[in-house]
Amino acid sequence: MSAVAQESAAGTGRAARAGIQLVLVLFALFYLLPLYVMGVNSFKPLSEITGGNMMALPQVWTLEAWGAAWSTAQIGVEPTGLRPYFLNSILMVVPAVAISTILGALNGYVLTKWRFRGDKWVFGLMLFSCFIPFQIVLIPMAVTLGKLGLAGSVPGLVLVHVVYGLGFTTLYFRNYYAAFPTELVRAAQIDGAGFFRIFWRILLPVSGPIAVVSVIWQFTNIWNDFLFGASFGGTSQPMTVALNNLVQSSTGVKEYNVHFAGAILAALPTLVVYIVAGRYFVRGLMAGSVKG
Amino acid sequence: MGFLDIRNVTKSYGQVQVLHRVDIQVEEGEFLVLVGPSGCGKSTLLNMIAGLEAISGGEIAIKGRVVNGVHPSKRNIAMVFQSYALYPNMTVGQNMTFGLEMHGVPKPERDRALAQVAKLLQIDHLLDRKPGQLSGGQRQRVAMGRALVRNPDVFLFDEPLSNLDAKLRVDMRTEIKKLHQKLKTTIVYVTHDQIEAMTLSTRIAVMNKGHVQQLGTPKEIYDTPANVYVATFMGSPAMNILPAKVVVQEGAHHAQITDSEGAPQLLRLSQTNLAAGQEILLGIRPEAITDPEGADRKSGNIVSLKNRVTVTEPAGADTFVTMTLGGRDTIARMRADASVAAGQVFDFAVNMEKAVAFDPKTEERIAP
Repeated sequence: MSAVAQESAAGTGRAARAGIQLVLVLFALFYLLPLYVMGVNSFKPLSEITGGNMMALPQVWTLEAWGAAWSTAQIGVEPTGLRPYFLNSILMVVPAVAISTILGALNGYVLTKWRFRGDKWVFGLMLFSCFIPFQIVLIPMAVTLGKLGLAGSVPGLVLVHVVYGLGFTTLYFRNYYAAFPTELVRAAQIDGAGFFRIFWRILLPVSGPIAVVSVIWQFTNIWNDFLFGASFGGTSQPMTVALNNLVQSSTGVKEYNVHFAGAILAALPTLVVYIVAGRYFVRGLMAGSVKG
Repeated sequence: MGFLDIRNVTKSYGQVQVLHRVDIQVEEGEFLVLVGPSGCGKSTLLNMIAGLEAISGGEIAIKGRVVNGVHPSKRNIAMVFQSYALYPNMTVGQNMTFGLEMHGVPKPERDRALAQVAKLLQIDHLLDRKPGQLSGGQRQRVAMGRALVRNPDVFLFDEPLSNLDAKLRVDMRTEIKKLHQKLKTTIVYVTHDQIEAMTLSTRIAVMNKGHVQQLGTPKEIYDTPANVYVATFMGSPAMNILPAKVVVQEGAHHAQITDSEGAPQLLRLSQTNLAAGQEILLGIRPEAITDPEGADRKSGNIVSLKNRVTVTEPAGADTFVTMTLGGRDTIARMRADASVAAGQVFDFAVNMEKAVAFDPKTEERIAP
């Protein structure tokens, strides 16, 4: 703020505030340090990393590592780069996010506006699913996927993530719609709109903020998931598993620059989603929690 | 058989009965107001007429057709909600024609109906705005417009004015009344405001604890309340209810009542079917106790009463005077320029023609 010295309430504790801000800046720098290291080293030739300082800027800027990570690096036994796995991830994450968000919205709509006997129990059980650790469901899920004939395929992964995400998306939408006036639904009923028409024309148009929350949450979780991908991915493994295979390979020279580039590539989509929609994320989180 | 028949309707939630055998016939063009405190079941009854709540017992019929179990949209009713319930994502025009659209009315016809109603309510210039950009009064008009566009058999109003500020509420009240006089539609209107009930209605149903206490014209309700509850609920300030004893002297019936000094005073009763010695509750409206100059000249039974004034409250048009009568605070309504001061013993004129007697045990009115 302005540096004009004034004898007012706003001027008190200026030193304390400057101190707090300094500490915050230091924390932010510390937090950003790994990103800096990754970014800087991904643009260096490998010799510069092995022979020099991790913190230094590159002497020779090169995109070689990025190209290698994307299309030629050895992933497991094939020198395919991360590209096919990136595609797998996209094919998995887009339908999984879309389906779980839409189903969550419908669940929230039913649980708040079409109450039925025992609806609290249903919601409670769905909420409970948010707290089930991944590891517990691995074996039952493997059996289910096998029986459905979806084991080791992208649709199988989509199903796993939809089921697992439903608890969260339902929670978001239920809380958001709980604050939505029921009189509007009643008015629409009198106007002659049916179940889906009310959802589509009345509720969905005002669900923007919470849909963004749901999409960001689901996208981040599904994209970053490793365990399900490694367990059920089969031949169509997602990006995270491929990155692991790239970085953890035990043969040959460790190409740190390629690893850094690959890691950034794997993190990029969630970063983009957050930057594009992050503003709405905070707003939507608040919208659900406080009654308007 | 009326236009809208409510026959022995009951409502229970599990074991709890919230409406007890409500029986009301509404004629075409009537303006029925359901009035009562919160929780009396008036909104529940309205929602049952609308079809938003199931009917536990009895029947509701509109135009002779029993509508129990008929979907709200197929009852040909329209409802104005307390919160207006305007769809926030649609423009005013879309809000108003949404119902017609859902009923498959073609666009040109919808536009014609919209234009007509918008003109009637003077909201033509608002049609492209979103509800968020409207003031409270404008939203209220749009909500009414949405109901009018559908041209329903029965209009249902659920406390439509309670979200407006005091002045606007009075204006809109007049507006609703004008609209009713112009369109001659059948209206069922729920409110907890007894003034709204009195001014708007052709008939009032006073409700309490799930029972209809009294059903009648505003004048019947006001002048001959069925019981102490109705007497004190309708009218502001409330009717004075004073414990008294019937005394027969020289062939005339009197109510004996203690004044502010604790001395007995006799007020001659117009009602004669009371036994000597009978305990009653005497109901006198504040405006029936005045200064002698302000007394109703057409009344055949003005009784003079000397009593000490406790408090005076000038309210502009009237002055409210509080005194102790029958051991209770009693309010009199005076002309603004009646010269009366606190602490003074004042000569009141009581219009006993307007007094009503209640049974102290049942609290029901003892009809003359």
